[in-house]
Amino acid sequence: MVMPQIKDPIGHLEMRAPPNAVVARGVSKTYGDVEALKNLSLEFPKGQLTSLLGPSGCGKTTLLKIIGGLLEPTAGEIEVNGTPVKGPGPDRAFVFQDFALLPWANVLRNVAFGLELRGAAKSEREAIAEKYIAEVGLSGFEKAFPHELSGGMRQRVGLARALSVDADVLLMDEPFSAVDEQTRRKFQEDLLRLVQNENKTFIFVTHSIEEAVYVSDQIAILLPRPSRVLEIIRPAIERNKNVDNIRRDPEYLDIVDKIWAALRSYVE
Amino acid sequence: MTLFGYRLPGMSSLILWGLLWEIVGRSGMTFFIPPLSEVFLTLFEVIGTPPFLKALSETSYAFAAGVFFALVIGIPVGILMGKNRLVDELLLPWVNIFLSAPLTALVPVLMVLFGFGMRSIIITTTLFAIWIIILNARAGVMQINRSLVEMARSFGATPMVAFYKIYFWAALPEILGGVRIGVIRAVKGVIIGQLLISIVGFGALFELYANNFLMAHFWAVLVVLFALAFTVSEFLAYLERRVSYYAAKR
Amino acid sequence: MASRSLQLKILSAVAVFGAWQIAGMIPVSYAFPTFLESMSALGRMAVDGSLYQAYLETLKPLVVGVAISAFLGIGLGLWIGLSSKFDWLFSPIFIVMQAAPLAALIPLLVMAYGIGLTSKVFVVCIMAMPVIVLNTAGAVRNTPSSIKEMGRSFLGTDVDIILKIIIPAASPVIFSGLRLGISAGFIGAILAELKITPTGVGDIITYSRSIADYPSMYAAIFSIILLAVVFLNIVERLEAYLFEGNVRGYASD
Repeated sequence: MVMPQIKDPIGHLEMRAPPNAVVARGVSKTYGDVEALKNLSLEFPKGQLTSLLGPSGCGKTTLLKIIGGLLEPTAGEIEVNGTPVKGPGPDRAFVFQDFALLPWANVLRNVAFGLELRGAAKSEREAIAEKYIAEVGLSGFEKAFPHELSGGMRQRVGLARALSVDADVLLMDEPFSAVDEQTRRKFQEDLLRLVQNENKTFIFVTHSIEEAVYVSDQIAILLPRPSRVLEIIRPAIERNKNVDNIRRDPEYLDIVDKIWAALRSYVE
Repeated sequence: MTLFGYRLPGMSSLILWGLLWEIVGRSGMTFFIPPLSEVFLTLFEVIGTPPFLKALSETSYAFAAGVFFALVIGIPVGILMGKNRLVDELLLPWVNIFLSAPLTALVPVLMVLFGFGMRSIIITTTLFAIWIIILNARAGVMQINRSLVEMARSFGATPMVAFYKIYFWAALPEILGGVRIGVIRAVKGVIIGQLLISIVGFGALFELYANNFLMAHFWAVLVVLFALAFTVSEFLAYLERRVSYYAAKR
Repeated sequence: MASRSLQLKILSAVAVFGAWQIAGMIPVSYAFPTFLESMSALGRMAVDGSLYQAYLETLKPLVVGVAISAFLGIGLGLWIGLSSKFDWLFSPIFIVMQAAPLAALIPLLVMAYGIGLTSKVFVVCIMAMPVIVLNTAGAVRNTPSSIKEMGRSFLGTDVDIILKIIIPAASPVIFSGLRLGISAGFIGAILAELKITPTGVGDIITYSRSIADYPSMYAAIFSIILLAVVFLNIVERLEAYLFEGNVRGYASD
């Protein structure tokens, strides 16, 4: 069941919002003299999809990697389900922009690789992997190698790998940016279904306004130099009605326009 | 590596190895390794002497001539192979064979055909250098963006103009990469040639020092040689970096 | 188009061997036998067994030297690639070795280790090792950071990441380093036989030159080049077969 979505002013959010799965508090990250993130705070409600949207250089991927525990923040902290993040953990799974598949391993092993690293027995992890391979629609490709797959299929493998470790939070770093437009649309539809069916929290980095509005329950618009959250938007689009109609929904079009108006002055 | 917050420069560990060499040399552990300081003193002694200068000039001459022929033959052949499929298919197997063949085995043939002198050494040097130069020039031409070729044609460039205004420059990063590796191989070739035909250049000098057990002299010449070879290779790597800025953006 | 490429290869071989034959028949030099003379000398040596004897001798330092270089070189390369301290300490030595004409060390090796097998093994090692070390280190260093990050984010331990991600990812480049090392080892092995003591194939070359039996000399040279090229080709095929879809090019020559 998806929350009723009303465009909330930020101040009233806590009253109606579900508990937060991930909370970022005053997170800063500097590389030498460069400030990638400065004192950034954000909340990610449980069971929903939150997009981090912004022009390049706004630190959205940095924030995602800090949440994933792959980078250490210079200041501030991240909490996942109430516990502070010290590094990568079993409660989060990552989907990479460039897929990060092992070129020497077939689909089955790639999907099961997360479980392999966690020490699951071969038969057990392969059974789980099979299930998720079927779920992302790759049945029959278990023995194929990444170089034999299209970009879209490779990302399905990456997605299946992240799903198979059964983490609460899925971190997706521009997962569809390396696939073609049609595949991308299909992915977005599948992603909506996934958010509805799996009781997981999704954090989704993108630089596509349409994509963010289409898939998100909540959009955090990030601005560069210095990095900050410009606005948090909760698109009130009736998603479960029909995926085909979303792109014609006046609400959808309004929000896309509004975000573009806010961002256009920051694009070189 | 960083030490106490300072980034140590890349090659600085060689100082440490030099110190180790000095210690081993001073300990008298082995007759074959004199202290580094002694080697350097000998180096300054040797460097102005006629035999050294003669060896250096002979080697430089053979090296320069060998590299010259490798470039003058290798680059055009490589470009031709990249542009013409028939030439490519006819020559490529041979280029690949000689690229990986143990060319030292050919030196005795050169000796009987061209005599025990400079000519054989120059040819050896060319043989070591040329194949990789051909192969890289070919690869450079073959990777030229189709649209660049079409741009040249659509603006009405004649083949000759297109060649030296576009193809050469478009392939330059690869060509220079090949030249760098080719030159490093040429250094090895010229020394191997001189060792096998050991009556000229450093080959003769090594023989002389080794037979008279002049270890410090031997190492001094070796240090000069290694330093020269390294300088040449670094200089070419620097040139390559100068042009490679556009290699990524073609 | 496979048949066209094969036809052209044959045409190209016929042209070159034909030119050799004609040049030998003119003759361009008293020391330039024809292709057929050289091939018949090769056949003769193959039949009377002297060729196999010679190769047994030649391959000994080559195999031992390449084995030592591969073992030490890959080990050191992994270490250099994984640890920045070792990188700082050891890389410069191998970079200099790679650029320098190490063959110049041969007279010294002969003085230190005599004219036996040890010196020859050393020659093969100093020729073959630098490229193996540098390729291995480069490959380990250049493991795509995204798959290392993937390993970390799915909770892989350092050992897991080295064994299951870094080494498999690096193995194509390590393997091609090995191939280049073998190629350099061949150069070293023959150099050692020509320069240190004539044994094996080097002996055939040197001896037949001294008695002006040029067809045998050319035959021996032809055979060693053929052997090296065929062997390296097989290694390359094996490489393509083993690492299909996982080719990342060479880290260095």
